[in-house]
Amino acid sequence: MVWTRLAALIVKELLAAFRDPRGRMALVAPPLIQLFLFAYAATLEVSHVPIGVVNQDWGAQSRQLISRLEHASAFSEVRLYASETEARAAIDRQDVMVVVEIGQDFSRKLAAGETPSILVLLDGRRSNSAQIVNSYVNNIVAQYAAEFGAGRGPPPDSVIVDRSWYNPNREYRNAMVPILIATLPMMTVMMIVGMSVAREQELGTFEQLLVSPLQPIEIVAGKSVPGLIVGLAQCGVISLIVIYGFGIPLLGSALVLSAALTVFLLSIIGVALFVSSLATNQQQAMMGTMVVVMPAMLLSGFSSPVQNMPDWLQPLALANPLTHILVVLRGLFLRDMPAALAAQHIWPMAGMAIVTIIVAAWMFRRKVQ
Amino acid sequence: MNAPLVRIDNLTKTFVAGAPAAIEALTTQIRAGQVTGLVGPDGAGKTTLMRLIAALLTPSAGRIDVLGLDVTTQGPAIHDTIGYMPQRFGLYEDLTVMENLRLYADLRGLPDGERAATYERLLAFTDLARFTDRLAGALSGGMKQKLGLACAMLRSPKLLLLDEPSVGVDPISRRELWRMVYALIADGVGVVWSTAYLDEAENCAEVIVMNAGRVLYQGDPKAMTAQMAGRVFQAHGAGEERRALLARALADPAVVDGVMQGEAIRLVMAEGCPPPSRETIGAPPQTEIAPAPPRFEDAFVAALGGIPKRALSAPGRRDFSNGSVAPVEAKGLTRRFGDFTAADHITFSIRRGEIFGLLGPNGAGKSTTFKMMCGLLRPSEGEALVDGLDLYKAPSAARAKLGYMAQKFSLYGDLSTRQNLDFFAGAYGLSGARRRDAVAHAIETFDLAPYAKTNAGELPLGYKQRLALSCAIMHEPPVLFLDEPTSGVDPLTRREFWAYINAMVGRGVTVMVTTHFMDEAEYCDRVALIYRGQAIATGTPAELQASVRTPQRPTPTLEDAFIALVEARENGRKEAA
Repeated sequence: MVWTRLAALIVKELLAAFRDPRGRMALVAPPLIQLFLFAYAATLEVSHVPIGVVNQDWGAQSRQLISRLEHASAFSEVRLYASETEARAAIDRQDVMVVVEIGQDFSRKLAAGETPSILVLLDGRRSNSAQIVNSYVNNIVAQYAAEFGAGRGPPPDSVIVDRSWYNPNREYRNAMVPILIATLPMMTVMMIVGMSVAREQELGTFEQLLVSPLQPIEIVAGKSVPGLIVGLAQCGVISLIVIYGFGIPLLGSALVLSAALTVFLLSIIGVALFVSSLATNQQQAMMGTMVVVMPAMLLSGFSSPVQNMPDWLQPLALANPLTHILVVLRGLFLRDMPAALAAQHIWPMAGMAIVTIIVAAWMFRRKVQ
Repeated sequence: MNAPLVRIDNLTKTFVAGAPAAIEALTTQIRAGQVTGLVGPDGAGKTTLMRLIAALLTPSAGRIDVLGLDVTTQGPAIHDTIGYMPQRFGLYEDLTVMENLRLYADLRGLPDGERAATYERLLAFTDLARFTDRLAGALSGGMKQKLGLACAMLRSPKLLLLDEPSVGVDPISRRELWRMVYALIADGVGVVWSTAYLDEAENCAEVIVMNAGRVLYQGDPKAMTAQMAGRVFQAHGAGEERRALLARALADPAVVDGVMQGEAIRLVMAEGCPPPSRETIGAPPQTEIAPAPPRFEDAFVAALGGIPKRALSAPGRRDFSNGSVAPVEAKGLTRRFGDFTAADHITFSIRRGEIFGLLGPNGAGKSTTFKMMCGLLRPSEGEALVDGLDLYKAPSAARAKLGYMAQKFSLYGDLSTRQNLDFFAGAYGLSGARRRDAVAHAIETFDLAPYAKTNAGELPLGYKQRLALSCAIMHEPPVLFLDEPTSGVDPLTRREFWAYINAMVGRGVTVMVTTHFMDEAEYCDRVALIYRGQAIATGTPAELQASVRTPQRPTPTLEDAFIALVEARENGRKEAA
């Protein structure tokens, strides 16, 4: 009996999601589009940007330095400005975000064995990228200074050699793309689970369910399973694209990955059910979903590390299932994270799933006041 | 005769090239100072015609002049001089009554100087002055319509178009709406009132009867009714057998229409046919057949060609006639919301094979009672039993015994007919061969095969009703709960629906129905009138009618009884206070 009723509910949910061609598109197109947008557009790397130079020095050294800037792969071209005023205007217009100003005594001081100074103007509005460009400029200048000095005077004391573990080429995409395996399906699952209950309430079919022998816990299960099926399917497709399309290898265990994603999706479904049990129509459910999704993304370490957040926000970040799945995903893709370590992040998600689903079932019981 | 406000000449409106026209070659006039009724079944083209007159659509062919202005070229000028109230008037539910009025005054460009006086006049006219601070969403159906009417009348229109204003409105509010409209026509305003409720057509000076985009009749409704003289009969005294008798009578080709009227049945004969006799309709010997005065509805159904003669097979196959427990019982049902008591110790017991009606104005507590009986609202006190099972102690088992059909269409519109049937069969625990059998039986009984693959949301109204009913009874419940099942539904669809219900009742299925629509109440064996949370009268429709019979009102209708009983109660309260 119970399984018949449950199966009927699950089949109905899947039909409702897939029968309408527009509904099908809504499940397939947005995650794929977002995957490619995040992979190519939302990059923090800086390359091929123009750099401004104000050169007041007439010596050969300054021209050598400029030619080095020209040949650096980070910069597409060097734009020369006649005066600092002109350079400021260029930054104002956001033509360039960095201007290197070489003083008129640059060559003279270098030749005299003194330490010349270079002024670097940065656009603070684009602080992140400007920082990165600044460090490129510093590197180039330091290298030039070292080579110039090599012929004369004593060599520099020590050289810092840096190596990036787990992402040796420091490719931004390798760190960004794997976490999309959880983030994109999260949105879809929040939407379809959250909206489906609200839609039934709005159309009056929810009452039709409540007067049938279906128990509240069966309704919860019937709404959860289709969400889980759709979510896991999306996770699977995105994983394959990440591994074979982007060529980012899965270093850890596929089994651990599947287990972690299932538990993660269950916790998201619980949250979605809870949100939709509070809403009385689709508009409210949509608002509720937004209210949950945005902070969940911010607090997850998706764009900025959790460790950088203030102490009072840390517990919130730890209660966020997305935080944990991102650690697991980065662990499994960038290094071979052992199962025991992954389990430490799966348990909190399982706890969240159990709590939210029980609360949602209780809320549905209360619908019969 | 008054001068025409609207002249319609050879009007045709086609929405999709090649499809049948929504309105075809229509020529008519609408006059000032009277109510013109626009009558027809669902999909007849009433709303399309209204929107064409309101210059919201342009004619495909022909022309319409409204107050001397052409709808195609002078739309904005027409918008300034008419008032239009669509079926779902665009009230802003999160704004108060007064804010809605102000908003529409802004939208319609009412000059500042006139505002205070206009608001005062309209609020007094609609009797909404006490509720100006209430949110529009919290108003009853009748009050919403009155507010809609007030908004449509802000610019004192010369022509007022009202599209099905009385749907979802209880009889008392409905009478008030009519009173307001009569006050308007006394001032020379022309009113067009579209409706599927045919008793309203009798209130109109002139009716335009439409079907499938064509005009069947235009003129005085009394003249149309008069055509039916000598063709209408009532059969009394068939007692318990009257539902079966109605079904037998309708099978007779000479009978074009038949409905229940409390303990009697009403029959309309085809033109030129002899009066029915006990023999021709197979009535039991104690039955008396007498001529009855015709109503507009008789003429209307006859004009549409009568009830379709389709062999009706009874839905469901199980027979519940021999059960011993009372199928539905309410014992002291009480529900409080804060310090407001929505239902106050309501007690009734429904017998097997009985149709029991819960009647009452909007907000009287009948929906609260109904919800408690369905297991949707936990009672503060008392018990709700279905087939002897308490809905709140054994919810799943008790709910398996009942079928439920909600007021508005509540099936999955984006699933096909067959998928809906499959789902409801599964939700009630039918699997495998039993489910296939139940679905096949439902498709056959309700003749759903032509639409098996169509999305439920796109079905014609009559099929939607059939599908909703077939989903509700998929598990063959002994008890069926119907919430205003045919409100806003045209007479033919309504008759068909009740024919199914009658056939099921014949096999011992027990039916509880809420309604404020008197035609539905006529099908009930007994009704309970709910007012201010209490059952103020319970009995057969004939008993309730008899209780309000006075020398001035020798033959009260059920609606008269409803209004008289509620008013008597209200007066009693005022005297007590």
